[in-house]
Amino acid sequence: MDAFTTLTAIAAPLPLANVDTDKIIPARFLKTIKRTGLGVHLFDTLRFDATGAERPDFVLNREPYRAAKILIAHENFGCGSSREHAPWALLDFGIRCVIAPDFADIFFNNCFKNGILPVRLPREICDQLIEDAKLGGNARITVDLQRQVVVRPNGTEIKFEVDPFRRHLLLEGLDDIGQTLMHAPAIDSYEARQSDDRSWMPGIA
Amino acid sequence: MAGTSPRTLFDKVWDSHVVEKLPDGTCLLYIDRHLVHEVTSPQAFEGLRLAGRRVRRPDATIAVVDHNVPTSDRRAGIAEPESRLQVETLEHNVAAFGVPYFPLLDARQGIVHIIGPEQGISLPGSTIVCGDSHTSTHGALGALAFGIGTSEVEHVLATQTLLQKRAKNMLVRVDGQLPLGCTAKDIVLTIIGAIGTAGGTGHVIEFAGEAIRALDMAGRMTVCNMSIEAGARAGMIAPDETTVAYVAGKPYAPKGEALDRAIAYWRTLPSDDGALYDKVVVLDAATIAPMVTWGTSPETVAPITGTVPDPAAEPDEAKRAQMLRMLDYMALTPGQKLSEVPIDVVFIGSCTNGRIEDIRAAATVAKGRKVAPGVRALVVPGSGLVKQQAEAEGLDRILLDAGFEWREAGCSMCLGMNPDKLTPGQRCASTSNRNFEGRQGPGGRTHLLSPAMAAAAAVTGHLADVREFS
Repeated sequence: MDAFTTLTAIAAPLPLANVDTDKIIPARFLKTIKRTGLGVHLFDTLRFDATGAERPDFVLNREPYRAAKILIAHENFGCGSSREHAPWALLDFGIRCVIAPDFADIFFNNCFKNGILPVRLPREICDQLIEDAKLGGNARITVDLQRQVVVRPNGTEIKFEVDPFRRHLLLEGLDDIGQTLMHAPAIDSYEARQSDDRSWMPGIA
Repeated sequence: MAGTSPRTLFDKVWDSHVVEKLPDGTCLLYIDRHLVHEVTSPQAFEGLRLAGRRVRRPDATIAVVDHNVPTSDRRAGIAEPESRLQVETLEHNVAAFGVPYFPLLDARQGIVHIIGPEQGISLPGSTIVCGDSHTSTHGALGALAFGIGTSEVEHVLATQTLLQKRAKNMLVRVDGQLPLGCTAKDIVLTIIGAIGTAGGTGHVIEFAGEAIRALDMAGRMTVCNMSIEAGARAGMIAPDETTVAYVAGKPYAPKGEALDRAIAYWRTLPSDDGALYDKVVVLDAATIAPMVTWGTSPETVAPITGTVPDPAAEPDEAKRAQMLRMLDYMALTPGQKLSEVPIDVVFIGSCTNGRIEDIRAAATVAKGRKVAPGVRALVVPGSGLVKQQAEAEGLDRILLDAGFEWREAGCSMCLGMNPDKLTPGQRCASTSNRNFEGRQGPGGRTHLLSPAMAAAAAVTGHLADVREFS
């Protein structure tokens, strides 16, 4: 996983609520056994018409947003399925940060596992950032995870909250399985205890 | 962990699975059961292989193929190359890592959330995860069950644990008795309509109250299944006599003296008197009617006796714009009676409503009637064993005689990863869980409802009030 420290980039405004994971990546594109290559299908039905041609009015089909690395949206972003293909598709397209008033739990979790930073900010701030993003190539937004601030193009800084453990993993680009395996002795002793407490629970053979 | 303060069902199951609490409050949570399917696991097994890691507890893991398997005759294999590759990849992985597996032609094959409870793999008081959001289904047994992404699938395979922050407690109590003609599906659609698709975000919902207690296990699973549609991390129902009667005798459930000890433990799980919830919602079951969705979010729900809402009446501009977009996508007009909306396809199945009780409900309505001309109606049992049971009861004959298709088990048209999909513009009365744009196929239009309501739609050719069929 790539570390996330500071990102200064073009932000794409997507002022929609309840952007579900089927919208981010429809189920028909989940038949892959790889993590990569899904960027071409990101937001497939919003981006392309039935013939496969680009819809010119969709933000990611317009310059300079084709190069956006930040996405700003409305409430409940990423609701629906647990498919990690959603963050994989965002990442493969180049998106490293999504800013929204709130996120669906599983999607939120999945972002951190892939070096994407989801930032929760109040709706009115998101709306301000959406206005900034509409300035296009003249406006860059900075997301500084070290200092936990979003910097607007006019230099105004907006503080955001992030779970300290997740921040640490993201800043260092750490694989959390490696972290957990450092606790292997605790898992061993839990299992030993459990074999008494839940000895009624059979294995699946 | 066990303090003196009253605890909820969720608190108890959570506390008993904490391996270690890290300084910032993140917990290493032990996972008792890991269900694996072909779509969200290939990259996880690949990760294990690249890191030289093994599956820590194959005996706590079960794999099955469900999402993109065809529901026609499967003895000749899977025609679609990408689907076949995913299925073959899972078969290769379970062999390489020693994970128990129900293959495609095994009668026990079926939707992962149907087979877990059916086999007694999902047990009260346990933690259950799967790379699928509808893992919340298993909470009906009094388990803590939730969906995870593929990175977490890999994490559980490697460590049998997950790094988790404790969710908040939410109580949804449904008092009173459900009116005739209403089902668990109508309860959960009513709840989602009331609290919204983000109403449960960050919470585990405990469903309680007289109307929930009165549900059989199939109905409880339907309710918990759609917790995720309310944004909840999980849904749970306290184990009781209904739960014990269901679990006892299942193939992988504890037996004999172990079962006695298990039952004694399960009886300690219901929430203590005075346990605190961060959020409480109370509904009166008597006010529930057979429900259908009209939009492209599960919260856009109305009684079948109602009409398509008018966006002009919505004061919030963003919400109004969203409603207009939904009505445009769904090709519905404000004020249109829901009971007059014509349908093209009926889908009865999915992890929400693919159990034997659901098929019985559909067959009761279908018996002696015919699917309306021009309507395609599919019944897809949730597992091979559900299919066998239905056939033993003659339900397949009733449905086939009425003009329904009787298919093999799988997720099918719930998400259209296999050949069962809607074509653009087709309108479907569906017993599944999501009505998102394109969910059942690009351009397809979905109305969510109960199995009995779906059968009523099939025989009338439009959305219909099942209460007029008795």
